[in-house]
Amino acid sequence: MSKARRDQLLSVLGILVLFSVLYLFQLFGTDYQIRILNNMAIFITLAVSYNLVNGICGILHLGPNAFITVGAYTSALLTMSAAEKQASFIIEPLIWPLSVLHAPFVVSLLAGGILATLFAYLISYPVFRVRGDYLAIVTLGFGEVVRVLCNAFQTVTNGPLGLKGLQPHTNLWWSWGVAVLTIILITKLINSSYGRAMKAIRDDETAARAMGVDPFRHLLLAFLVSAFFSGVAGGLLAHLITTISPTLFTFFLTFNLLMMIVVGGLGSTTGAVLGAALFAWGGEALRVVENPINLGVIRIPGIPGMRMVIFSILLMVVIVFARRGIMGRKEFSWEWLIGKFSKSPTGGSSVAS
Amino acid sequence: MHGFFETKNLTMQFGGLVAVSSFSLRLEQGELVGLIGPNGAGKTTVFNMITGALAPTAGHVYWQEQEITGLPLNQVAARGIARTFQNIRLFVDMTVLENVMVSFHHKIPTMFWECMLDLPRARRTEEQIKRESMELLQELGLAHLAHEKAGSLPYGQQRRLEIARALATRPRLLLLDEPAAGMNPLETMDLAQLVSDLRARHSLTVLLIEHDMKFVMRLCERIKVLDYGVTIAEGTPAEIQSNSEVIKAYLGDI
Amino acid sequence: MDATIFFQQLINGVSVGSLYALVAIGYTMVYGILRLINFAHGDLLMFAAYAAIYGIAIFSLPWYVSFPLAVLITGALGIILDRVAYRPLRDAPRISLLISAIGASFLLENLALVIIGGVPKGFPRPDVFGKVIDIWGLRVQVLTVYTPIITLLLLMGLLYVVYRTKVGKAMRAASKDFETTRLMGINLDRVIAITFLLGSSLAAAGGLMWAMKYPQVNPFMGVFPGLKAFIAAVLGGIGNIIGAVIGGFLLGLGEILIVALVPGLAQYKDAFAFIVLILVLLFRPTGIMGEPIIDKS
Repeated sequence: MSKARRDQLLSVLGILVLFSVLYLFQLFGTDYQIRILNNMAIFITLAVSYNLVNGICGILHLGPNAFITVGAYTSALLTMSAAEKQASFIIEPLIWPLSVLHAPFVVSLLAGGILATLFAYLISYPVFRVRGDYLAIVTLGFGEVVRVLCNAFQTVTNGPLGLKGLQPHTNLWWSWGVAVLTIILITKLINSSYGRAMKAIRDDETAARAMGVDPFRHLLLAFLVSAFFSGVAGGLLAHLITTISPTLFTFFLTFNLLMMIVVGGLGSTTGAVLGAALFAWGGEALRVVENPINLGVIRIPGIPGMRMVIFSILLMVVIVFARRGIMGRKEFSWEWLIGKFSKSPTGGSSVAS
Repeated sequence: MHGFFETKNLTMQFGGLVAVSSFSLRLEQGELVGLIGPNGAGKTTVFNMITGALAPTAGHVYWQEQEITGLPLNQVAARGIARTFQNIRLFVDMTVLENVMVSFHHKIPTMFWECMLDLPRARRTEEQIKRESMELLQELGLAHLAHEKAGSLPYGQQRRLEIARALATRPRLLLLDEPAAGMNPLETMDLAQLVSDLRARHSLTVLLIEHDMKFVMRLCERIKVLDYGVTIAEGTPAEIQSNSEVIKAYLGDI
Repeated sequence: MDATIFFQQLINGVSVGSLYALVAIGYTMVYGILRLINFAHGDLLMFAAYAAIYGIAIFSLPWYVSFPLAVLITGALGIILDRVAYRPLRDAPRISLLISAIGASFLLENLALVIIGGVPKGFPRPDVFGKVIDIWGLRVQVLTVYTPIITLLLLMGLLYVVYRTKVGKAMRAASKDFETTRLMGINLDRVIAITFLLGSSLAAAGGLMWAMKYPQVNPFMGVFPGLKAFIAAVLGGIGNIIGAVIGGFLLGLGEILIVALVPGLAQYKDAFAFIVLILVLLFRPTGIMGEPIIDKS
C-alpha cells in the first residue's frame, strides 16, 4: 500500500470517527455541549479560511468580519419567510425583491458565500494596491464601513435592530460538515501549485514575480476563497444564534480570529484548527472569571471584560515570546502521528513503505 | 528590426542622480555577453530595467520584436526573460524542490478549483512539474538536497539553486547577476563550465554581470563596460583587456 | 444654509481637526521611525482622560496640576508600551509588530473596562473652558477657540525639538535610514523612547481636549479618534509632521462640513474617513506632503 493511499484511508477513518463522536453528542450531549461544538466548527471554518490569507500569503488582512457579515445577512434574509420579514422590519419595510425571496438553508449558505466573495472582489483593487500596515488599515476600514452600512441601510438590514427569530437550522452536521469540507478544500489548495505561489509571495514578493508569479492574481485568489468560506460560516453563525445585528460583527470578531491563528501558528492550517478549537473551549471555560464565584463563605464578584484582558495578554505573550505559536508553519501528518506511536526504530514508516 | 533582444538608450534617474544613461545593447540569439564595471556603475540597475523591476526614466527594451519597456516583472518573466539576484533571494522557508517548482507555476494549465478538488489533471500536472524540477536539480547537482530547506544550503549551492530556479521558468534569455560572487576559484571554474553547458543544452542567450575577470574573459564572447552609468567600451575580451579607458576606470577605482 | 450656522460649523471643524492633528502627529512620528502603525495610540486618549479624572476626583488636584500630570503619565505609558510590546520585536517580521500593537490596544481598552467599568464617566471640564463667548455674532465655547491655539503652540514646541535639538536630529536621521543610524552608534532605543514620549504626550493633550469637547469618557473612546487621526496622517503624508497637521485639519473640516451641508449623510459620518483613506491610497498614495508608501518588496 502506498503512503498516499494509506494517508487517504486514515483520513477517511478519522472523519468517520469524528462524526461518530458527534453523533454520540447529538444523542447524549447537553445543549450546552452541542452549542460549544457548533461554535467550535464555525470558528474552525473561519480560522482556516482566515489563515489562507494571513498565514499562507503573509499579509495582514483585518476585515474578515465584513465577509462574515455579508454572509450572515444574505443567508438570514433568504431563509426568513415573507411574513417573518414583515414582522421584523417594523421601522422601514424591506425592499423588494428581498421581501419575497425565500430559499432553502443550503441555498442560502451558498448565496452567503457567493455574495461575500463578490464583496471581496469589489474591494480587492484598493486593498491589493498596498501592502503591510496599509493593507491592514484599509481592510479594517472596509470592515467598519460594512458595519456602518448595516446600521444605515434599514431597508435591507433592518438597521441596528438586526434580524431576529431566525430558524435554528445550524446543527452539528451542518457546522462540522462545512468545517471538514473547508479544511479539505483549503488544504488541497495550499498544497497545490497555487499554494506554493502564495507562499513564494509571502517569502519574497519580488523574487516570486521574477519567477513569473503574478502577486495580484494569487492574493486575490486567496482573498476570494477565504471570503467564500467566511461567508458560508457567517450563514451558519446566523442560524446558530438566530439573532444577528451589526454589533455582532465588529473588529472584536476579527481580533478573536487573529488570536486563533496566531496562537495556533500563522501559516499552519493545523494550527488554525487547534487555535479555533482551543478558543471555543477556552472561551467558555474562562467564563468563570466573568461570573461571580461562590466559595461558600466568601463570594467573589465576576469581572466583565476579564476574558478579553486574558486574551489580549495571551496574544501579546505569544507574539513576543513564542512567535511561531503552537505549530509554527508545520502541519499535522499521519506520518508524524505514526512516528510518535511506533517506539521501535524499524516500525512505522519503514513498514509502510 | 530590433533583432532577438535590444535595449535602446535606457536611462535611469533617481532624483538628480543618473544611475544609468543611454544604455544600448543588442543581443543575437545564443550569444553570451558580459556586463562589467566598477562597483556602483549601474549594472544591476540595467538588469532591473530590463526585467521590469524598475521602470526606466527613458529608453526602450525590445524582445522578440516587441516593446516590453515597463512591463511588470512577472510578465517579463513569463515572456522568457529570467534572472538571478546578486544578493540571493531564495524562498528560504521552502524546500529546494519547491523553490524550483514555483517557477513552473506561471504556465500550468490547471485551474485553482481543479487543485482544490484534486482532479486527475491537477495531479498529473503536479507530477510533471515535480519530475521536470528534479531533472533541473540533477543538472545543477542539487538533486540530493531536494528536500532540504533552501535557507539551510551553503552559499555556493544557494547560487546554483538561484540558477536552477531561473531556468525553471524556461527562459530564452538568462540574466545572471554576479553568479560567481563569494565562490572560491575552483567553484568559479566549475560554474563557468556549468554556464556554458547550460547555454548549449537549453539553447540560451546569456547576459551576465560579474566581477571575476578571469571568469568573464574565459566565458564571454562579447563584453560591455559601464562606468558611472555610461558605456565606456564594448568588444571582445581581447579588445577590452587592452582598452585604455577600461584600464583607467578600473585602476582609478582601486 | 444659514451663514451663521455655517461659520459655527467651520469653527467646530477647525477645532475637531486640530485634535485629529495632535493625535496624528504621534502616529506619523512613530511610523516614520519604526514603520509601524501604533494601534494603541488612540487608546492613549482614553488613558489621559481617565488619568485627569482621577487626579481631580481622588487626589483633589486642581485641573492645572492634574492635566499636565495626566499628559506626563500618558507619555510614560507610551514609553512602557514601546518597551514591552514593540522593542522585543525590532528584528521580527512587520506583521508580528502590528499584531502586537493590536494586542496592546485591546489590552488597554479591556483593562480599563475591567478596572473602571463600561459606564461612561462625565469629564470635569474646568469652567475656564466652558464659557461661551460672542465672536461677530457667533456664540462659541471658548474651548473651541482655545483648541486650535493650544495645538499650534504644542506644534511649535515639537518642531523646535525635532529641528533644533540633537535628539530631534537623531529622530530625523532614524526615519530616513534606520539601519545606518543604528550603525553610526546612535542609541536608537533612546531615540525611539523619546519619540514615543513626545507622540504620546501630544495624544494625551488631544485626549483631554477631546474629553472636554465630548464629556463622555469610556474605555473605547479612543478607538475612533485614533483611527481617524491615523487616516489624517496618511492623508497628509505619513512620516511628515506638518503633513499630519494639515491632514488632521482637512479631515476634521471635511467631516463636519459634509454633515453640515448634507445632513442626510450624518449616519455615514464614521465611514467618511475610511472613504477618504481609500481614495488617498488609490490616487495619491504619498499623501499631500509625504514620500511613497507603496512598498511591494
